[in-house]
Amino acid sequence: MGGVSETLAALTIDALAAKFRAGEATPSDAARDYLARIEAHDPSIRAFMTVTRDVALAQAAEADARFKAGAPRGPLDGVPIALKDLFCTRGIRTACGSKILEQFVPPYDATTYQRLRGAGAVLLGKLNMDEFAMGSSTENSAYFTTRNPWDLDRVPGGSSGGSSAAVAGALAAATLGTDTGGSIRQPAAFCGVVGLKPTYGRVSRYGMVAFASSLDQAGPFAKTVADTARVLQVIAGADSMDSTAAAVPVPDYLAALGGGVKGLRIGIPREYFIDGMDPEVEQAVRAAVEVLRALGAQTEDVSLPHTEYGLAAYYLIGPAEASSNLARYDGVKYGLRVSGRDLVEMSSKTRAAGFGREVKRRIMLGTYALSAGYYDAYYGQAQRVRTLVARDFKAAFGRVDAIVAPTTPGVAFRIGEKEDPIQMYLNDVFTIPVSLAGLPGISVPAGFTRQGLPIGLQVIGRAYDEAAVLRVAHAYEQATDWHTRKPALEAVSR
Amino acid sequence: MTEPRISREDVEHVARLSRLELAEAELLRMQAELNNILAYIDKLRSVDTTGVPPTSHAVPLTNVMREDEPRPSFPLADMLANAPEAAGAFFRVPRIIEE
Repeated sequence: MGGVSETLAALTIDALAAKFRAGEATPSDAARDYLARIEAHDPSIRAFMTVTRDVALAQAAEADARFKAGAPRGPLDGVPIALKDLFCTRGIRTACGSKILEQFVPPYDATTYQRLRGAGAVLLGKLNMDEFAMGSSTENSAYFTTRNPWDLDRVPGGSSGGSSAAVAGALAAATLGTDTGGSIRQPAAFCGVVGLKPTYGRVSRYGMVAFASSLDQAGPFAKTVADTARVLQVIAGADSMDSTAAAVPVPDYLAALGGGVKGLRIGIPREYFIDGMDPEVEQAVRAAVEVLRALGAQTEDVSLPHTEYGLAAYYLIGPAEASSNLARYDGVKYGLRVSGRDLVEMSSKTRAAGFGREVKRRIMLGTYALSAGYYDAYYGQAQRVRTLVARDFKAAFGRVDAIVAPTTPGVAFRIGEKEDPIQMYLNDVFTIPVSLAGLPGISVPAGFTRQGLPIGLQVIGRAYDEAAVLRVAHAYEQATDWHTRKPALEAVSR
Repeated sequence: MTEPRISREDVEHVARLSRLELAEAELLRMQAELNNILAYIDKLRSVDTTGVPPTSHAVPLTNVMREDEPRPSFPLADMLANAPEAAGAFFRVPRIIEE
């Protein structure tokens, strides 16, 4: 098996679509190339929970026919994609990284998957994740830990670690993940790919296994900002099945990329450069700011004074919502059942056997925070601090059009390195405030440490202004070549 | 050392509310971990939030309404297909009412 450069898997979505249109390759060729790469490299990366080989080949054959008839559906037709294993896929097991859903085969498709299928995309499979999207490394998957393609001894980030590793390893042209407190942006940074968390309400949550409903949002991972824009274009917009998917017009994201940053006001938040962060990350982000300035952006310091309280507020709000959402796993309607004498014993034994440590911890924390006597001191205070975090951003966006910052304080860590929950949570200190405020944020490759580990630059925008976020990220990407570097992977011989 | 915020009895109570059966070792570890996390979270108390309204959703949305028109729902068989135990048109559960 040769390197990626010899296969269709090396191409961006735009380049792949051009080949399909020119008749130089078919969607079936692309599906076979990606499936061959999955076979060669996924035994070491372990991004996939399920490879849907037969589904992919059948869907690709349909796309072949559309191109042959001269009637492709658009830029994603025939493009091989994969989904985090919490997007419901009819007839395809959706386990959400949990033993409690090991046997769960959804009876319907998530809206995002329906829209990707409507655009002709081809499903390669379902991707590993931290159980119920709770984690920053995929180490909380009840099944296995995904490896970072840049260093197989390190984590890919999480919770959407399968989604980021699959794109970094060229095992899919693009993937979907979800972000509740950083679960798209942090793994994108760790794996050196582009990952976008849209505004809360930009993309439908219908058919997504719920974690924290006021924060969860789906978004794309891709090799480039333009590819990310292509996928967002398809999945964004109101949905009659999700009343929180807002009826805000969806602009032409690809058209928005061309604007450049000349004259754009870009804020640099001083609270995002903290003691204890990796100096190589700080250096890379400061260098990225210089690149944007050289491109004509007006940069200025801004302050987001409640940043340091975001993490604490999030670890009350997220678990509180999770404790309620996960009450549905009671062994009755679907999922695991462990029998008991009565309903309470059955549910308690089922949940004890079906949930992992981190999920139990958050259910307990959330239940405690919501329980009588503590509600206002914990949950109420967290919600008020959430208001202050959102006000910080609102004030900053009165002066600037976009904010750039590090995505994470450090780079991909070793598997098993962070045992303490709070040490793990601290990974998300720069992504959580954006989630609390519901704003769009992207992570774009911004360099490598001396050890060769990727660094991510975060671009944050106003609510529903994904266009500005993509525009700044694209301008930076086009001025640098970090996104063209690929990890060296050795095929597993069988 | 300050008094732990969560006692063993608290952990047992919250576990019951959460419908989680915890083994002895798990219970002790949970108590220690929750106390550590709450100690970290305590920093929220130092924030002055006088007069600050709570945020439940970041992006304000009002109720979204649609016409109340009947539409086909999922077939019963599909909805029961994932049930651990079904009987006829029902989910089957252990006895709830004492005789």
